[in-house]
Amino acid sequence: MDGPPHTLTFRLAPGALGHLMPLYLWLAPDGLIRGAGPSLRKIMGEAAMGMRLDRVFDLRRPRRAESPVELTRAPALRMNLRAPPHTAFRGVAVPLAGAEGVLVNLSFGHAVREAVRDHALSDTDFAATDLAIELLYLAEAKAAVMGELAKTNARLHGAKRNAEELALTDPLTGLRNRRGMDQALSGLLASRSDFALLHLDLDHFKQVNDTLGHAAGDHVLTEFAQILRESVRGGDIVTRVGGDEFILLFPGLIDYGPLQRVAGRILDQLCAPIVFQDQPCAVGSSMGAVLSRNYPAPQADRMLSDSDRALYASKAAGRGRLTLTEACGTLETIAP
Amino acid sequence: MHGLVNRAFQCFLSDTFGIALWNAVAADAGLAEALGTDGFEAMSLYDDALTEAMLTAACIRLSRPRESLLEDLGTYLIWNQSLQPLRRLLRFGGRSFTEFLFSLEDLRGRTRLAVAELDLPELELEETGEGLFTLRCRACPPGFGHVMAGVLRALADDYGALVVLDHLGAAPPAPNGAERRLQGRNDEILSIAVHDPDFHAGRRFDLVGSEMA
Repeated sequence: MDGPPHTLTFRLAPGALGHLMPLYLWLAPDGLIRGAGPSLRKIMGEAAMGMRLDRVFDLRRPRRAESPVELTRAPALRMNLRAPPHTAFRGVAVPLAGAEGVLVNLSFGHAVREAVRDHALSDTDFAATDLAIELLYLAEAKAAVMGELAKTNARLHGAKRNAEELALTDPLTGLRNRRGMDQALSGLLASRSDFALLHLDLDHFKQVNDTLGHAAGDHVLTEFAQILRESVRGGDIVTRVGGDEFILLFPGLIDYGPLQRVAGRILDQLCAPIVFQDQPCAVGSSMGAVLSRNYPAPQADRMLSDSDRALYASKAAGRGRLTLTEACGTLETIAP
Repeated sequence: MHGLVNRAFQCFLSDTFGIALWNAVAADAGLAEALGTDGFEAMSLYDDALTEAMLTAACIRLSRPRESLLEDLGTYLIWNQSLQPLRRLLRFGGRSFTEFLFSLEDLRGRTRLAVAELDLPELELEETGEGLFTLRCRACPPGFGHVMAGVLRALADDYGALVVLDHLGAAPPAPNGAERRLQGRNDEILSIAVHDPDFHAGRRFDLVGSEMA
């Protein structure tokens, strides 16, 4: 190797050193602070000059140092300002030639934003080589991008909710559709609460469609949907699950009493024919009902097929009736 | 073109000229079919043809030349309240307007550091005399230089500098733009004369924004 090793020493004026390392700290062999870079002076305050290191900083790593030389043995230093806002630093210490003490270079690490805010630092307080400004830049760019993403998310969430709402709704009548009914029914079953289910269809609906056309059929469905809405109580659920097939759910029912009264109101309303373009459309309704508490473990499929069976019993008995499914499975058809 | 660019133009049109104008532009440009009712999403990538269609439709609707509309977009990017993060990010470039000009060469790299998919043109600054500069926007989308002119005018004001700016037009790509020359794009060149960097006080800028808790 050319040249004598270990003889190269740097001599730097404090101003030059401060330019290179604005957060440097010069510790005398006795542990007193003898000098500091301009930015660190601003942060510590002039009163820190001449004080012991551990009076100004709370040492975190290493926990203690009897003399500054011990700092140079640690691979990395961590320390916090003792005074509020307890700014955190990381650093590295090297011995100075000629028993002049120890030189420590500090930086803020990830806490740079807090440090810049708390001590009102500007870019001149950092070395031109310091990546602190890039870090601040990235933090802000990230916040801006996240803000845009959050807006996009909110928009998409709104669109998704609209789409779901549409997909659960029958566009003709505005009632819940088959999916909407399935969802409401599984909700009731999952909550293990009592409820009644009324399955209805329209008598003579096919004749209306065939003789007066689909527009008349649609009008009847819309009017019937309105009759159903007006006949039920506030918390009841009205759904159209197919062509002229409707299902009503009555949360909280433990007997058929209220359901029978609703069925009566619906059939009463249908006594006056629905009118479409001056043409009377005479339709009635056949109905079948089941009660959740009649099942030891109520299930959607079983309740729907039982209510369907009761509905067909009403049709077989002459239409315009309600058939109730009893606990033992027997059917009781009544003409309300 | 990146959604951030498209969305910025969409917001510029609807904020400046009203939502009705934006809806008309979106309809003329066939954007409604391609994008749905919300228009562009900031974090998606779009075909350049959509951007071009939007720009063309806006120029026709507003009877404005493309250049002046793009320059207004540039000004809007700096001055609009909802885009303050962008102004702040640019102000990180330096303490003075002149220092900021030199930081423009880092703009593409810094942008990609933040949003990897957002590929801005390379910017080259040459100091041609005392306070005199030319800025070359390499192989840029046509009209990009006019957006930069608007951005620079607004930022000069932000810094409080007295600056005269000219768009010198397009030029064939400089030789070392080999990779980007494939896109068949030209360079656009601006001349910038900084007459007084401290003409007025400008707007305050702190490294850490006031919104930080």
